Amino acid sequence: MPFLDTLKAKFAGAFTTSTFRDNTRVLMDAEKTPDVLLPLLKCLKEECGFDFLAELGGIDYLNYPHATDRYCVVYGLTNTATGERVFVKAFTNDPDPELPSVVELWKGADWMEREVYDMYGVRFLGHPDMRRILMPTEFTGHPLRKDYPLRGYGERHNFPTVTRAES
Amino acid sequence: MPLETTHPVAEDIAGANQEFLYTLNFGPQHPATHTTLRLILTLDGETVVKAVPDIGYLHSGFEKLGEDLDFNQYVTIVDRMNYISPVANEIAWHHVVEKLLNIEITPRCKYIRTILAELARISDHLLCIGAAALDLGGLTAFLYAFNAREKVYNIMESASGQRFHPSYTRVGGLMADISDDVVNQVRDFVKTFPKVHGDICRLLNRNRIFIDRTKGIGVLSKEDAISYSCSGPVARASGVVRDLRKDEPYLAYKDLSASFKVVCGKGGDCYNRYLVRMGEMQESVKIIAAAVENLPAGAVNVELNDKLTIPDKTATYRSIEGLIQHFELFMWNRRWETPVEELYGANETANGELGFYVVADGSGKAFRARTRPPSFIHFAVFPIMMEGHQLSDVPAILGSLNIIAAELDR
Amino acid sequence: MALTNLLPDFLIAPLDHLANLVRKHSLWPMPFATACCGIELMATASSRYDIARFGAEAMRFSPRQCDVMIVAGRVVMKMVPVMQRIWLQMPEPKWCISMGACASSGGVFDTYAVVQGIDRFIPVDVYVPGCPPRPEQLIRSILDLQEKVQKTGTIDAREFASRTAYEGPTALARELAPEEMIVSPGDFNTATRLRSLPTSSE
Repeated sequence: MPFLDTLKAKFAGAFTTSTFRDNTRVLMDAEKTPDVLLPLLKCLKEECGFDFLAELGGIDYLNYPHATDRYCVVYGLTNTATGERVFVKAFTNDPDPELPSVVELWKGADWMEREVYDMYGVRFLGHPDMRRILMPTEFTGHPLRKDYPLRGYGERHNFPTVTRAES
Repeated sequence: MPLETTHPVAEDIAGANQEFLYTLNFGPQHPATHTTLRLILTLDGETVVKAVPDIGYLHSGFEKLGEDLDFNQYVTIVDRMNYISPVANEIAWHHVVEKLLNIEITPRCKYIRTILAELARISDHLLCIGAAALDLGGLTAFLYAFNAREKVYNIMESASGQRFHPSYTRVGGLMADISDDVVNQVRDFVKTFPKVHGDICRLLNRNRIFIDRTKGIGVLSKEDAISYSCSGPVARASGVVRDLRKDEPYLAYKDLSASFKVVCGKGGDCYNRYLVRMGEMQESVKIIAAAVENLPAGAVNVELNDKLTIPDKTATYRSIEGLIQHFELFMWNRRWETPVEELYGANETANGELGFYVVADGSGKAFRARTRPPSFIHFAVFPIMMEGHQLSDVPAILGSLNIIAAELDR
Repeated sequence: MALTNLLPDFLIAPLDHLANLVRKHSLWPMPFATACCGIELMATASSRYDIARFGAEAMRFSPRQCDVMIVAGRVVMKMVPVMQRIWLQMPEPKWCISMGACASSGGVFDTYAVVQGIDRFIPVDVYVPGCPPRPEQLIRSILDLQEKVQKTGTIDAREFASRTAYEGPTALARELAPEEMIVSPGDFNTATRLRSLPTSSE
């Protein structure tokens, strides 16, 4: 993969690579992520032609076998000219999960980053509008974290009831 | 729960504080949205100065359920994601799971899945166009479209037993093989659909009202389409030549790639998106016609001794291997053995690239089942498209984007 | 109330009957369509099933003009206040059809966000099972509702004034844990009774 050589020349030591089936992955080092992530993605976009952010999603690796870092954000990039794909995984940890925002590179990242913030509580620094997108604004939890129960804490039934006579 | 505007208009818009601007709440229960989404529009007279979407009115925790249910059970949930072309979602989900488990499905299964995926694409586009026409004042196109959709429903019902949410695919195959009756129905559909298509074309293509309300409305440039991660008909109408069926051929599209073309537009406006959808339906019919005539014989499920597919009832009741495998797959502590790995896979569904990012931790369930929802990504473009247009263009643009709330919010 | 106070008793019953006869054949639905069932609701209204045969085709999207709210699809946390507000905006007499498993009981979506049955928050008259129900089932529910209107309706909606008690299931004091929800299959006493019955004193 020529783009991996470009990356290795510029950001040696900041990432490792792995492949599984047809997915090529670039795994960022958690320590260096805040400084390196944005330049690396910029290099991928501008020098290697990965101009299409196909997907941006979060993962919570709590209790995952052999996992060392808790939160992960996956950037799935596609080269629209050649159809190549690469997945960049950036890690971050409690108590303040934070990552740099990529809205300046891909405008489509706006809502996807808001969704990750809503579901996992990972804040994106430099995002223009960091608020909840799917859950109500007064909701306090982050539902897709592994320590949040499937059925919630009873928020779903916390509403008044309208009877026949009142309506 | 606040029902008033929760997000005040930003200060940086020119004249945002001036009193001639006013705020209009659009939705979440509004006939023109067809689904549950809410827009907060800032208006200057009838011109929309700013549109702020507020979503989440149908957020029901699909992805959390994906971590709780196993690969076969989650099909029922995936079905309800893009509920106007459910079977395409199932095929996309099991495409990724089979990639993860390294299963090569049988040729017959590939062809049947291709036929169903294309039927789903047709029914999705029909509803999208019918509903868009309904919002712009043409009820007839809606009735024509629904009549043709009923035929697709009939095929789904004959194949799977459920007309709306078939839940038809399984890991490594299908719930059941299709009968000759289904094949005949598909052939019949291929014969009759061009007439319906022509009827809708004649109703809308050169309709003065329809053209005036869609041409030049909601223009999305090619650069913006790529930058905003658009895919499917929305991107193709803007000139992005990208179709996963050609670029990353899956199922039987490799064999059938001679039979269809990728439909693209240049203008990027609502009328172009409509034309791309109409063109795609024509191409889909060609794919179905080619696939149903070349339908291979043989089994639809992979071999029993792979310990991956649910055995059919005869094998379960009559043979010890079948019985053991049935229990292996249905007991909550057995199920599949997955690699401790993760993987992204995507299919070209009617709305665009529907991808799943599955993280497996060795058990039969997904550790994380992230969806890449095309509707969600397309709706993020809506404020850009809407700027400077009239209030009456809101339904035109919404209709052309084909936002499905369940896929939007999951 | 004023009308029936002025009239002698023997006139009220025929008036009620007449009003019901008129009402039941022109039930105007308010399609509160959120999810999949909304598409089946559209299919019911379109040419093959044609709900107009039963006088219920006049879908009005303004709640002020409607008689029956059809809640089609699941209702989630963010949507409950909207649903209640629309219900309160509808004029009396009004009825509610809970269409589909999700609206009636939460269906397959037993998650943190989805309300487990809209009858916890608004009164429901007819439940339609199915995920989603076939159009025939929805038409059947309209017929059932017509029967209910004919049997119980009154000209000035007196029947609603007396129903001050809440009719749906009681809200649980806390969410049941998954292991509490599981009932051993042989034990029919517990299998039928997952929670205690509502007490009328509350």
